[in-house]
Amino acid sequence: MLKLTEKLCNLFGPSSYEDLVREAIIEEISPYCEKLYTDKVGNLIAFKKGKKSVEKPMVFSAHMDEVGVMIQYISDDGYLYFDTIGGVNNSVLGARRLIIGDNKILGVIASKAVHMQKREERGKCIPVEEMYIDIGCTTKEDAEKYVSVGDLATFVPNFEEFGDGFVKSKAIDDRFGCAVLCQMIKEDRELDTVFVFTVCEETGCRGALSAAFALNADKAVIIESTTAGDMPGISEARRACCVGKGAVLSVMDGGTIYDRDFFEKAVSIAEENDVKYQVKTTVCGGNEARSYQTTGNGCKVLAISAPVRYIHSASCVAKTSDFDEVLSLARLIADNIKEI
Amino acid sequence: MYETIKRYTSAFSVSGREKYLANLICEELKPYTDSIKVDAMGNVIAFKKGKSSAKKLMIASHMDEIGFIVTAIDDNGYVRVSNVGGINPIYSSYQTVKFENGTKGVTVIDTSVKKDYKVKDLVIDIGASSKKEAMKKVAVGDLCAPVANLTRLMGKRIAAKALDDRLGCAIASVSCKNAKTPAYDTYYVFTVQEEVGLRGSLPAAFGIMPDYSIAIDVTATGDTVGAKAMEVKLGNGAAIKLMDSSVICSQFMVDSMVNCAKRNGIKYQLEILEGGGTDTRSMQVTGSGSHAGCISIPTRYIHSPVETIDLKDAEACEKLLTTLVTEGIE
Repeated sequence: MLKLTEKLCNLFGPSSYEDLVREAIIEEISPYCEKLYTDKVGNLIAFKKGKKSVEKPMVFSAHMDEVGVMIQYISDDGYLYFDTIGGVNNSVLGARRLIIGDNKILGVIASKAVHMQKREERGKCIPVEEMYIDIGCTTKEDAEKYVSVGDLATFVPNFEEFGDGFVKSKAIDDRFGCAVLCQMIKEDRELDTVFVFTVCEETGCRGALSAAFALNADKAVIIESTTAGDMPGISEARRACCVGKGAVLSVMDGGTIYDRDFFEKAVSIAEENDVKYQVKTTVCGGNEARSYQTTGNGCKVLAISAPVRYIHSASCVAKTSDFDEVLSLARLIADNIKEI
Repeated sequence: MYETIKRYTSAFSVSGREKYLANLICEELKPYTDSIKVDAMGNVIAFKKGKSSAKKLMIASHMDEIGFIVTAIDDNGYVRVSNVGGINPIYSSYQTVKFENGTKGVTVIDTSVKKDYKVKDLVIDIGASSKKEAMKKVAVGDLCAPVANLTRLMGKRIAAKALDDRLGCAIASVSCKNAKTPAYDTYYVFTVQEEVGLRGSLPAAFGIMPDYSIAIDVTATGDTVGAKAMEVKLGNGAAIKLMDSSVICSQFMVDSMVNCAKRNGIKYQLEILEGGGTDTRSMQVTGSGSHAGCISIPTRYIHSPVETIDLKDAEACEKLLTTLVTEGIE
């Protein structure tokens, strides 16, 4: 699964441009599922037959898109001004390298050299509106040969293993979740299961709305990446979860209060099977559980996440052992829960 | 009505954990309905067949109340929490709270904070002297809310926590019993997770697809010390909602309600709530939409443990609702 996580993380796929990720996933899973289609908004939906058939299969969902930026304006001297797509802010953008648009142009987010900063500018992050991308052009005409207004950009691919079983990359959120779903599709499953790879989660959990409405499931499990706060300057009470402490189960976040019975079932399955897990301790963030929970007739939702530090940055840091725990727990839930 | 309010305000029912109140309501209303069920999110849907099945009416009152969720327990045994729904730290401090398992605690403010209190400055002291001791009773993810405290004030006024919206539930429940034969197929729905963003009523309304819908919820009043200009007063009758931050009510529903109140000599007042949303919104915009209105109960000090109402208003709301249910919307 780690190889596939690496492959998916390195693909270009900001919200609304998930095509490359979707193609890679289709190639990966098409021999292993009974039905596979892309819906009107771009979600990829796979039906996997289990040893036993069930009337209302459980849905597993992960999102294909990643955060990024969109080119909004090209200046006369060839610089690109941009706006953000999803939750990225100036503190993770400064001096980053980006891949832009269909032509895969390399650009750098310019930051004024310390020598040229005024005294009051030193030590401060400039706001996104004032940041610009340098693609090595000196005129607007020149720049327009390579990029257009509306082009999307993300951090350059940079997946690496490092430290004691850690990885770092852009887009671990949520290519890791996509990799978990792919792995589950490749294996034999006990029960019929539906797998959904969604679009546009980072811009407001939008893709999942259509998928949830069409599938009208009564149980949905979101496989996600969530903010780990085990770093200096964050008190123990505000850490949310920690890297290395296993799969993260959520009770409540900014978008959802999870179904308590589903949560408790997940906890007891984790305990019975020695899956390392932790409960997310801070009410923050949100994911597409909210879309599944309240769309159509509504649905019982559960989120299983990998703890990830510096999420939404070019260098998200996670531990592979946590990935394995998430996969183990997701498998057990898929194969063992018929009713809640 | 008073007894029903007492029973409902005594049940544990913080957003996301409404099953105790749901069970209570199911048991109580079963004899008065043609069917009663709980959907995937936990909404209770009580159905009464009408004289005509050409139209469907949905009534929504929410079972959940605001509260706290445990996020961490510190080394000294203090329980750290986050808010579930719109908590005002001043309203919620120095009161007794109860967890789902019965454990009690008191909410206190970090003593180093002297002003501009935030929810994060609130901690719960459950009387534990260490983290280990506290963890025997309380775990991350547990919910709590103020203890039941229904108090009779002068006349027919009462104060309690969670009248938002147990009072709405009580009104709907009494109406469900009183409305012998509804004009249309009528669904009394007791919703979940209203306080965190009108979530439960969305799938409930989708499943029913009503033609008409009525929310029953509390509204603020203009008669408290320091209140914003607002015509609604305690004791002036059922408040018929025109607008709040989530909805502009269907004029057709507003007119039907006003006419119904006039015809039947029910005391009413018109309401515009400047801050706050209601399940009216979800019912209005879900699926193909519905004619949506809301009967509001004038309530002082909303989201405090001493929400104060006049039972006469609650009775007017119930009468208005039941008359609309039995006579139809016109």
